[in-house]
Amino acid sequence: MSLKYTYTEKKDTRSGFGAGLLEVARKNPDVVGLCADLTGSLKMDAFQKEFPERFFQVGIAEANMIGLAAGMATGGKIPYTGTFANFSTGRVYDQIRQSVAYSGKNVKICASHAGLTLGEDGATHQILEDVGMMRMLPHMTVINPCDYNQTKAATIAIADHEGPVYLRFGRPKYPVFIPEDMPFVIGKAITLIEGSDVSIFATGHLVWHAIEAEAALREKGIKAEVINIHTIKPLDVDAILASVQKTGCAVSAEEHQLNGGLGDAVAQTLSRNAPAPLEMVGVNDSFGESGVPEQLMEKYGLSTQSIIDAAMRAVERKK
Amino acid sequence: MTPKPDFDQLRNVATQVRRDVLRMVHAVQSGHPGGSLGCADYFTALYFHVLELKKGFNMTGEGEDLFFLSNGHISPVWYSTLARKGYFEVSELATFRKINSRLQGHPATEEGLEGIRVASGSLGQGLSVALGAAQAKKLNGDKHHVYVLMGDGEQQEGQIWEAAMYAAHHQVDNIIAAVDCNNQQIDGTIRDVMDLLDLGKKWEAFGWAVVNCNGNDMEDLIRQLAYAKTLSGKGKPVIIMMQTVMGSGVDFMENSHTWHGVAPSDEQLKKALAQLDETLGDY
Repeated sequence: MSLKYTYTEKKDTRSGFGAGLLEVARKNPDVVGLCADLTGSLKMDAFQKEFPERFFQVGIAEANMIGLAAGMATGGKIPYTGTFANFSTGRVYDQIRQSVAYSGKNVKICASHAGLTLGEDGATHQILEDVGMMRMLPHMTVINPCDYNQTKAATIAIADHEGPVYLRFGRPKYPVFIPEDMPFVIGKAITLIEGSDVSIFATGHLVWHAIEAEAALREKGIKAEVINIHTIKPLDVDAILASVQKTGCAVSAEEHQLNGGLGDAVAQTLSRNAPAPLEMVGVNDSFGESGVPEQLMEKYGLSTQSIIDAAMRAVERKK
Repeated sequence: MTPKPDFDQLRNVATQVRRDVLRMVHAVQSGHPGGSLGCADYFTALYFHVLELKKGFNMTGEGEDLFFLSNGHISPVWYSTLARKGYFEVSELATFRKINSRLQGHPATEEGLEGIRVASGSLGQGLSVALGAAQAKKLNGDKHHVYVLMGDGEQQEGQIWEAAMYAAHHQVDNIIAAVDCNNQQIDGTIRDVMDLLDLGKKWEAFGWAVVNCNGNDMEDLIRQLAYAKTLSGKGKPVIIMMQTVMGSGVDFMENSHTWHGVAPSDEQLKKALAQLDETLGDY
């Protein structure tokens, strides 16, 4: 099995965030950081050390953090808030809705430890509904990068985007395969592998699994197109439709509930424009549990094999 | 140097603001007159004497004092004050709560109404936003102050106390908060619904400098707002416990939670307006 992308090291996407924050802060003096007692986990310590006057420790008080960020944005700053994805969204939904999204504030909500791969802490912390909540909010941009390099690039890119952004990343070490110099354009999908039989739209950690799945499918004679949807909102509708026009069927893959996530967004796009078979890889209306990430991805149907199976079902449905 | 207050002018503005509030709420038979009337003196004192404001409106508010309203349901009093101050035409007050209006039921930025910097209405959020704006001022080297008003019922929201802790810990001493203490909330008196006990002591215990004030006495308001400002810049956030009468200025509306969110009838409006002179001309 020959993979079209290779890697030499595995790194966590949250470290990509930490590196990106430091770099963008050096370039842009308006960037400020707020953190709710998870500075180490969010990899914000390097930023804190270099810019102590621009770092605000808020303690375990996420609602206040979101409000503070809205106020700082009002004063012309570009606040990056940092905590786990669970506490970045569900816990503070109303604060984000009123003080940030409805008020059109230039706040970057940076959320780590998203999804099942948070692992052993279990379902209390494994949020799988955050993308759905955030993409429903008017004015909100939703980004879920796939590896260290892309997370770093996204962290830097969002400073130049005027408006609220939800940036979602994770805890575990995953292959680093996106070239360091690949430009990150919000809302622009990236075709990683071209194919003609099935389109695989993947986001976050599932992009790597899609690359693995493509190689396995190729051995079975199925040519899969792998598209990295790093921006779930605004969705690159043109890229999705163009790909499915070519392949005739699709698979969505994400570390999120099937309800409300990327799969829903792709389904809406296809059914409104050009209906085609779509198989969805994601968590099927259940909470997670404790375990190591690989076991959890396997148990909840988010593995490479799940994508292979879904692609074969999608191709079968074309007949 | 702040000029000497012209109390006759301030009282005239406050009276006209009360008339505006009643007419706005009556016109659409919805809105919150009680708290709006109770805070008419505070808004007048702030905008017509205390705040150092630049001409026109810009969102960042750099180089001027800022005001945030956390208990957004008393939007009528804010809209009237902003219009009377010249942020927009007073005639626009007639659009309050109507379709396609910039004067939403609760304050919003979406329609671009001058004077509003954040949406409020879902309670408990304004203090956090004001603190963020105050810290942005510090980062920008801007010596101006940030004012924020909250309701007393709103003190039951947990986020207020997250913000209270934060402000003291980070020594946000360029903020001058106020609580509209009218002892009323929707379901009854504060004491009956969820007693705040000694609210001033709570804020003191959270590390704030606490000032007391009669929010319906213009002279006391001006005096205590000036005193609050002298307490700023000393490492502690400042808060004013402002005692007000809900429905203040209209005898049959005073001191009752029944006027929290109920509009007066034609007859009641007539009776109410008879108690308030048209000092600056109705819109």
